[in-house]
Amino acid sequence: MKLPARAAQPNSETLPFFEGAEQGLLVLPRCRECDFVIWFPREICPECGSQDVGWFEASGDGSIYSFTVTRRIPGGWNKVTPFVLAYVELDEGPRVMTNIVECDPEQLSIGDRVQAVFEEATNRDGESGPPLLRFRVTES
Amino acid sequence: MSIRGKAFIAGVHEHPERHLPDRTLPQIHADVALGALSDAGLSTSDVDAYYSAGDAPGFGVLSMVDYLGLDCHYINDTETGGSSYLVHAQHAATAIAAGHIDVALITLAGKPRTGGAGPGGSGRVSAAPEAPFESQWGMSVPGGYALAAQRHMHEFGTTSEQLAEVKVAASTHAQHNPNAFLQDVVTVDEVLDSPMISDPLRRLDCCVITDGGGAMVIVSEAVADRLARHCIPILGTGSFVKSSQSGRIDLTHTGAVRSGPLAFSEAGVTPSDIDYVSVYDSFTITVLITLEDLGFCERGAGGQFIASGALRAPHGELPFNTDGGGLCNNHPANRGGMTKVIEAVRQLRNEAHAEVQVPDCELAVAHGTGGSLATRSASSTMVLGRSL
Repeated sequence: MKLPARAAQPNSETLPFFEGAEQGLLVLPRCRECDFVIWFPREICPECGSQDVGWFEASGDGSIYSFTVTRRIPGGWNKVTPFVLAYVELDEGPRVMTNIVECDPEQLSIGDRVQAVFEEATNRDGESGPPLLRFRVTES
Repeated sequence: MSIRGKAFIAGVHEHPERHLPDRTLPQIHADVALGALSDAGLSTSDVDAYYSAGDAPGFGVLSMVDYLGLDCHYINDTETGGSSYLVHAQHAATAIAAGHIDVALITLAGKPRTGGAGPGGSGRVSAAPEAPFESQWGMSVPGGYALAAQRHMHEFGTTSEQLAEVKVAASTHAQHNPNAFLQDVVTVDEVLDSPMISDPLRRLDCCVITDGGGAMVIVSEAVADRLARHCIPILGTGSFVKSSQSGRIDLTHTGAVRSGPLAFSEAGVTPSDIDYVSVYDSFTITVLITLEDLGFCERGAGGQFIASGALRAPHGELPFNTDGGGLCNNHPANRGGMTKVIEAVRQLRNEAHAEVQVPDCELAVAHGTGGSLATRSASSTMVLGRSL
């Protein structure tokens, strides 16, 4: 079943990430001082403190660092259980919180290779917004 | 300057009720404040410092100082979720050691069963810079801790049976607590047979949701000397914020790896000296990881340590949460830090239930965790002694 998809509200610090998402691209911030790939997106490098941040197109490939199959949850998500909440470790380094979609939740393992997919999202008023970064399994 | 031996816990009070439909939130703060002051042999007119966290209504300390009728020249509303009250105690002890204050009051209250805020943090979260990247994925509170549990199992071979023993030990303690929300002893099989919430955490791996609260009163040596009550010296404190680690989060440890050594070092003791521990137990996995982080067992060996029966009072290697903890007794306002301190004080005063009182309990640790193990959290550790 399709997971809830609430669009985020971009701001001036996060706009390149969400503009990338609109194009189906994973665009990440990288520190121009120390080359650290920053997550979550923001215009400060948590490693060196520089606010000189650039953006680049990442591969969209990664592997599952951890996951859980949620079977009971309050609120709207209870209609889509069981669903998979996960941390994916991107090949560029960051571990990002996400959902694994288009999968059999009972067959997943830590270490499975995954690839970014961008899913349509809407805001509270039902208007379309930046798509959500989720992942599907490529090899298990 | 060290705070060691400069400040004393003179009074504690845990609200006896777990369901409070007819008390307002300020009333519950007042109930526990007056209870802790009475335990100490003090009154509201003695208080010169007040501390509360995000569970306080309205304008927080301003509203509550006014409601309670206090005269305070020192106030603080540090908010780190469930560990807030240990952080407050650390700040109070520091202010006492510096000579700024003599009597600090710290309160916690909540009504998650009867109309108050549910689990999951403060209303400020919606404006957090990380929110657009963490709030879209259906992460429940158990779901977040499940991510940590799953990774710990993957790296160290920790099992659901080992996690279940945390709950079993807590339930064997809770049977002796007439105020405990859950008083039935459960078995490992009963934990494993309870409904799966978010793999690998089952319903009985999760803490209870209760109305209620607690308070503590921390005083200077001069005040402690004139009180009849057995005042418990604060020997060491430490707090640490574990961030999301620049987006490279390791889910198998908490900030206790830093807060613990700070507290032990200030107290001049080691983990092997500790007779009793109150360890934060939002979920069974929280206990397991925290015990490793505090150095009570080797990293990755928490499962074996727990399965050995170490946590069972009164004769286990490291009796824990003898009130039944958050898993069985009480988790008022979805924040467990206050009750951790209260049960440690009972143990050191020799006032725990006789069935779970640790013999010759000289040194205790109380430890709080706030936020989420899945993202960012604040750990706070306090070493307490029966005497200086």
